[in-house]
Amino acid sequence: MHVRRSPEEIAANRTRYEEHQSRGLEFAPKALPEPSPVPAPPVEPARVIRRETIPGGWYFSTALKRGEVIRIALEDGLSSVALVAWNAADTSERLNLPDTVKLQWTTALGKGRVVFSDMGRVMFSVVEDSSGGAHDVLMGGSTAASNATKYASANDRRLRNTRDNLILVAGKLGLDRRDIPAALSLFAPVRVDEEGRFGWREELRRAGDYVELRAEMDLLIGLANCPHPLDPNPAYAPNPVVVTRLRAVPPAADDLCRTATAEAVRGFENNDDALS
Amino acid sequence: MTEFVRTSPLRGPENALTDYSIPAEAPWSGIVRKGQIIRIEDSYGQQAVDTLFYRADDFAERYSSQDTMRAQGAAYIGIGTKIMSNEGNVMLCVSADSCGRHDTSAGACSCESNTVRFGHDTKYLHACRDNFVLEVTKHGMGKRDIVPNINFFMNVPITPSGEMTIVDGISAPGDFVEMVAEMDVLCVVSNCPQINNPCNGFDPTPIRILIWDGEA
Repeated sequence: MHVRRSPEEIAANRTRYEEHQSRGLEFAPKALPEPSPVPAPPVEPARVIRRETIPGGWYFSTALKRGEVIRIALEDGLSSVALVAWNAADTSERLNLPDTVKLQWTTALGKGRVVFSDMGRVMFSVVEDSSGGAHDVLMGGSTAASNATKYASANDRRLRNTRDNLILVAGKLGLDRRDIPAALSLFAPVRVDEEGRFGWREELRRAGDYVELRAEMDLLIGLANCPHPLDPNPAYAPNPVVVTRLRAVPPAADDLCRTATAEAVRGFENNDDALS
Repeated sequence: MTEFVRTSPLRGPENALTDYSIPAEAPWSGIVRKGQIIRIEDSYGQQAVDTLFYRADDFAERYSSQDTMRAQGAAYIGIGTKIMSNEGNVMLCVSADSCGRHDTSAGACSCESNTVRFGHDTKYLHACRDNFVLEVTKHGMGKRDIVPNINFFMNVPITPSGEMTIVDGISAPGDFVEMVAEMDVLCVVSNCPQINNPCNGFDPTPIRILIWDGEA
């Protein structure tokens, strides 16, 4: 026989939730900064560890040490880039988009937000984002099937897709398809309407857009540069994307991403616990 | 217990292959064969049911929220939704739904994410992630096999500007969702124990799961 909780206990839990909810929802317009300026400011040459151009349709993988920054930039025209990440010390800890959106009360990830792992820890800080959060945290990237549906030359093997690229990234790290988390699609301005249908808000992204993600733990990351399934361009035409790995700079005490929300503060406390 | 609502005159508790009562906060798993129908019933109302599917003969093929959302071009699960795998195959189709709104964006609660969302003092409360780890381990899988799931009967509206929040469930006692399996699947369920948000009306309750053969 199931025993229900008391009305008093239910009411106390509801009050507590509503306090969290109102703080989470009311915070963003006040505390989040403007998008980063375009064009991107030049990088100090001494900070550059590596610079790589990912051709349209291809993938790239790199390690990132805690504190290092990866700049992903649309220097050669529009494209979308799918991102996955694992904790380098324990690859069962990985990018978790449901937690990332749920914990920050938003699907719009812009400058000042963070990206969570499945273990309640911060994997990335979004330290720069010129697009104002034009990223897709829901749908992910393309597959062979979505390319076949979208493009007339359906059987053209040169139409590389996100899913197969991420299988290759995982495979070359000794991982497999069981390890591929739901991917964050950068520069893919997907939003939902009142009925939950997806739409593409092209005005939210521009050629020249860039993001800078600071690694908040030692990471292995994978990037796939393929057109998003909702990209309005009827042609398969991804442009090269420039990726720059930058040396760590110690964050200031008032670092935006570490202090912007109560949730981020608690996430970083979990990171600190793991390091202690 | 509410009266059983039939979606077919041929199907009722009397001829179900199995009729499980899942206690509040507990996990469950079972096989649904191709052509069989699985019904998940929210016996008391406002109860989130976190659900994953794996191909029965190859667990590396599993539910994919991103493929499911992309295939239907929309964020919520309802009648007609094709539940897709990470290999782009249809695993099940939603054939009946008395509730009208189910989530697949907000994932499962965990002790770890609870600390971030609700405070470090909520760490030692039972959570769906722990249910999932315990249940998939019975089938030789582990935490790495736990992917973003479906939350049946969970109401998570996403606004056009991107705001996302879990609000009171809209399911009434006896509400149900039914799915027809398009391949043999392992279904893994966590009857959500969360008491820090309204997905369970702050009072987790039992659910019921029935499975029928397709002819029934």
